[in-house]
Amino acid sequence: MNGEPRLRIIVVGIGGQGVVFASKVIGEAALQAGLNVVISEVHGMAQRGGIVTSQICIGDIHGPLIADGEADLILAFEPVEAYRIINKANKDTIIIANSEQTKPLSASFGEVEYPDSDMVMQAINEVTENLLVIDGSSIAAEFTSHVVMNSVLLGALAGTGRLPLDPESLRAHLLKRVPSKTADMNAKAFDAGMKAVQ
Amino acid sequence: MKEILTDDVGKTLFLLGNEAIARGALEAGLDLAASYPGTPSSEIGNTLADISREAGFYFEYSTNEKVATEVAIAAAVSGLRTMTFMKHVGLNVAADPFMTSAYTGVKGGFVLVTADDPSCHSSQNEQDNRHYARLANIPVFEPSTPDEARGMTRTAFDTSEELELPIMLRTTTRVSHMRGPVNTFNLGKRRGKGRFIKDLSRFITMPPVARKRHAWQLEQMEKAEAMAEGSEFNRTLDLGGSETGFVGSGAAVNYGLDVIKSAGIKCRMLKLGMSHPVPSELCRTFMESVDKVVVLEELEPFLETRLRSIAYENGIDVEIIGKLTGHFSRLHEYTPDTIKNGLGGLLGIEFPDNSLSPRSIPIPGRPPVLCPGCPHRHVYYAVKKVLKDNFDDAIFATDIGCYTLGIQPPLNAADFLLCMGSSVDAAGGFSQATDQTIMAFIGDSTFFHSGIHGLISAVYNGHRFVCTILDNRTTAMTGHQPNPGMGVDGMGNEAPEISIDKLVEACGVGHVRNVDPNDLSATINAYNEALAHEGVAVIIAVRPCALLEVRGKKSKGTFRTYWIDQEKCKKCGKCMNDLGCPAILADSEGNVSIKREHCLGCGYCVQVCPFDAILQEGST
Repeated sequence: MNGEPRLRIIVVGIGGQGVVFASKVIGEAALQAGLNVVISEVHGMAQRGGIVTSQICIGDIHGPLIADGEADLILAFEPVEAYRIINKANKDTIIIANSEQTKPLSASFGEVEYPDSDMVMQAINEVTENLLVIDGSSIAAEFTSHVVMNSVLLGALAGTGRLPLDPESLRAHLLKRVPSKTADMNAKAFDAGMKAVQ
Repeated sequence: MKEILTDDVGKTLFLLGNEAIARGALEAGLDLAASYPGTPSSEIGNTLADISREAGFYFEYSTNEKVATEVAIAAAVSGLRTMTFMKHVGLNVAADPFMTSAYTGVKGGFVLVTADDPSCHSSQNEQDNRHYARLANIPVFEPSTPDEARGMTRTAFDTSEELELPIMLRTTTRVSHMRGPVNTFNLGKRRGKGRFIKDLSRFITMPPVARKRHAWQLEQMEKAEAMAEGSEFNRTLDLGGSETGFVGSGAAVNYGLDVIKSAGIKCRMLKLGMSHPVPSELCRTFMESVDKVVVLEELEPFLETRLRSIAYENGIDVEIIGKLTGHFSRLHEYTPDTIKNGLGGLLGIEFPDNSLSPRSIPIPGRPPVLCPGCPHRHVYYAVKKVLKDNFDDAIFATDIGCYTLGIQPPLNAADFLLCMGSSVDAAGGFSQATDQTIMAFIGDSTFFHSGIHGLISAVYNGHRFVCTILDNRTTAMTGHQPNPGMGVDGMGNEAPEISIDKLVEACGVGHVRNVDPNDLSATINAYNEALAHEGVAVIIAVRPCALLEVRGKKSKGTFRTYWIDQEKCKKCGKCMNDLGCPAILADSEGNVSIKREHCLGCGYCVQVCPFDAILQEGST
């Protein structure tokens, strides 16, 4: 598969937010498009409310881990987690971040305060022009549910136009995987995500 | 039909490394698999458990890795193709049969998978189990990708049968948990039933037999090295140059290839997939063909030390760069950055750093925590209340499972941990060595795995501590696998339910009490009584894992979350600060509320609130 385009994507969030699910959808869609894909997934202890990171490497790439500064796209389910992993980005990396925070328990008992979303988003904005913020709480309110966040973010990813995939194919792979009774809602959420970045 | 069971040849499946190992075993005609779950190996068992009845092979969750290994070896000496798989530290438990099985050997193919965990993602150490293969002197396969994991598993069974030796398939977390395309080959034919043919000069390892078998074993390993010389998994890649040579195995090879390609390094690479015994002829010719050799392997300098001795034995003038020269680390898993840092400056290449570095904002960590509604939290909360001022002085000997997460504040309920079963065993030692209050905590599955012996020993030797068996009716941490207390076996069949109560009684424990940890006052009473008991007291705290309980409630339509009535709430913070439930959080003004999407509806916080401000959804 030499000569294939290379694309490196990081999906990051917190255990239970659906990071592994989202990365599997991206991977399956890329594989179906005839591209080589390798993904590193997190299973086990970290899933209990810890940070979950999936790294997706598409094209002529052997290892599923991404070097510092080499991610092309970062999809963050939580603003502080976008900041934590920002060293994987360079100035051309598109960073999509949900602005809705999930405060860790450690912030209640540790010495370090949990910074607010605006502060970390601003810090990222100071070093790149490619940060796209998705207002997760207003979208959740619109859909009266948090479960669609995954679909919103995948839609936003497709909306960047950086994937070597037809957005429609990503959408179809997503809808194939969600429970059929929620397909309509997830389709709308995907479209809302796409629109949010265009 | 499950996709992994497909008969289609040449189909591309998108599998985790662990799922690919299961597929490889099916292609080899697996007859029997036995295991005890452990991350990062657990998905091999999850996959096989899910398909065992449909595919027709036997699968079991044994009580521990030693039992699983012996079950699989016995079936292999009866002529079947068998497999066991475990996390790296599981092999410590199984080391006894593993070592001697290299003397008896096997008849049907026997593959032992060890999933090592560099960086300790979910483990207590980062031991390199290739050393075990050298200790037992058996062959090792080290896949780099899911497709290789499939292919090597399949080949390992053939190799095992040809040599009559056990084979180790060694992965690391990043290979086990890497998803990638896997090409299917034809499914193997199972043998069904085997037959054990008695051979006292082989299968009874009395001293005269063992002495002879050791010599046989060394001969077999000479044959194994000849196989490694010609193995399809040991191959030289031409990457456009012959000055620099890379030799590597496992995950490290992947990052090596990526860095080599992106930096345009002209070189050759010897990729060792069958990495023990190291093929010395292949390595000799490779080292003679280059000026310098860079060794890429995670953890210990296993290949590197062998390459150095091959170079010395053959008088090869080659510079060998690796861990022993300080260029690469023996610590933690490798990443592309590890390779870049190791090579930086070495080959006249600089790697520019173009990563973003925004201004520094302190951010708190996000360690894994007990889930909302977790009954373990409720036990620890009650114990803390009972111990009061004595809490800080008391020793919490904990064990391997979700309940280790009780270490996090505000519970702080973990002081000592070595391995599976160490809670009960160490509690005995602490009781002899100190006058402190000693509390041991162990889960149901871990108790079956290795808690029972310690309990017998403690009663027998007159130790004094309170042992809590946190019976959440599952093996939760590794993904809810069944255990002997649950009434269901690894294949999903109904099974005898082994009673923990009766086991504990039979161990001679003088004080045994059952308690529902979700009942605060009953739990407090139980601990007050247990602490008053001289000798070993056992509390069995029975309540299903909150994640399973919530599924049950949702399917019955009885699931209700809880909320805090802000008019009644006095903002004392007790529910948040003392309980530490991740669903309960305060805003910047100190208003405490329950995050509805996180609440699992256990209702325990109602018992904690002094002002009756916490209410069930739908009530006022």
